[in-house]
Amino acid sequence: MNIETSNLQFSYPTGVQALRRISLIIESGEQVAIVGQNGAGKTTLVKHLNGLLQPTSGYVRIGDWDTKEQSVAKLARRVGYVFQNPDEQLFSKNVGTEVAFGPRNLGYAGKQVQSLVYDALAMTELSDKTETNPYDLSATWRKMVALASVIAMDTDIVIFDEPTTGQDAANVTRIANVIKVLRERGKTVITITHDIDFCAENFERVIAMTQGKILLDGKANEVLGQEEVLATTYVDPPQLTRLGKRLGLPATIKNQDEFLRAYASTNRGKN
Amino acid sequence: MEDMAIVNLKNVTYRYPLTDSPALQNINLQVIEGEFVSVVGPNGAGKSTLCYTIAGFVPHFFKGEISGTVEVAGVESSKSSLHEWVLNVGLAFQNPFNQISGAKYTVFEELAFGLENIGVPREEMKIRVEEAMKLTGISDLADRSPYSLSGGQQQRVALTSILVMQPKVLVLDEPTSQMDPIGTREIFGVIRTMAEKGMTVILAEHKVEWIAEFADRVIALHDGKILLEGIPQEVLTSDFLLDKGFGISRYTSTAREAKKQGLWKKDKLPVTLDEAVEGFAK
Repeated sequence: MNIETSNLQFSYPTGVQALRRISLIIESGEQVAIVGQNGAGKTTLVKHLNGLLQPTSGYVRIGDWDTKEQSVAKLARRVGYVFQNPDEQLFSKNVGTEVAFGPRNLGYAGKQVQSLVYDALAMTELSDKTETNPYDLSATWRKMVALASVIAMDTDIVIFDEPTTGQDAANVTRIANVIKVLRERGKTVITITHDIDFCAENFERVIAMTQGKILLDGKANEVLGQEEVLATTYVDPPQLTRLGKRLGLPATIKNQDEFLRAYASTNRGKN
Repeated sequence: MEDMAIVNLKNVTYRYPLTDSPALQNINLQVIEGEFVSVVGPNGAGKSTLCYTIAGFVPHFFKGEISGTVEVAGVESSKSSLHEWVLNVGLAFQNPFNQISGAKYTVFEELAFGLENIGVPREEMKIRVEEAMKLTGISDLADRSPYSLSGGQQQRVALTSILVMQPKVLVLDEPTSQMDPIGTREIFGVIRTMAEKGMTVILAEHKVEWIAEFADRVIALHDGKILLEGIPQEVLTSDFLLDKGFGISRYTSTAREAKKQGLWKKDKLPVTLDEAVEGFAK
């Protein structure tokens, strides 16, 4: 199911123009990271994909649906959205009920709800916490409950808004694993992130936004190597990309394996 | 050193109400004036609780059981009240939503709120707000509603609302978690500048690369206890911490792997870009 935005413009009621002529196609099964400075319009853009916001002009299509013609409730069948702050979306008395709410609401049969919940809890390592009240969990695990409750809806498109914010190393690894499983299942994953190292290690395509526009859009290694352009939207290249560049390695480095391979083949590495 | 310490925690153990195990255990921590100390540790290690303790929210606001002593500028926390305490210590919360008052329509008014409460004259208030906004780069947000801002912008406002109070001790709980990368680096620079001017800084943080670049000392917290402390380069490259689930920079993890393959020849592992370049360039 493709996502298409065409000349998408959006202004907040205060007059702040948040999106300026965004034309974009995201194909089924793509893994896309959206990066860019605070206030660039990243969250405003993804809120158009599930109808939380409607374009001031232009259009947004999710498969064959124009978001203007569908309710947010209906769009929820195609687009799952994990908010930046889990506390904005959790309300049930225990984790199991919370995670079951989405698929139940979409009208799945009882047995299927059960299996979707079981699967989402396993993926987020929450299987032993089904009876716990989400608010008795640490912020780290509440984040995983928010992920699970959206994954359980089994939508073709999943959006994460800054999933790694405030998370420790172990939980960032957990979240990366969730994204990997979704990729293997052919889901489209769109993630807003400031964690540029996480972005380099987990996404194939990167979109950099600035002032309501798309600044760069391409393969991760093409986008992340452009230090000067990224700096205009307050993004630094990933740590290992910067290191590779300083050492004069020929290719744009995205992760540890790429770095070690490239470094080992230089003269210094061979010494 | 203990005599010179502006922040002095002795044998502090603290338990939140209705919990079985202490969130902090036997914490001994001395911080001298103008020092920039960073607290690292996995989620649940007690970083936020330590921030709340130094800022007086523990035990004054959160209640619970505390033993040991917490002193700031020679005054003991248990013998002071929260409204006296905040004159010396400012805390920026992890989540800026929790900090913004909700009582003000513009960023400018929000920033003046704390000053109004302590009776700063109007003219001085304006000057202090304007200076603080300039420092953190938010002058252009002055007339916006605090709630119309992005997460990172709100975090800048939350930090500025503390800086404007000019506390002796600045306690920051992941103040850049929602900021863009270069914005994060800028804010670390601002915090460093405040420390150079004599403000004492205690910062709970996951962003190891910038801690290494800007902080004087690192405290590694795990299960409510201090596991290690020392200069950033040593603490942040310790094998011991890696095994306990602490975050490390990509420079450190990559050099560690390179060392196994014979590609990193120095003894010390790098934390910063410059250290990594230096080691790999040889």
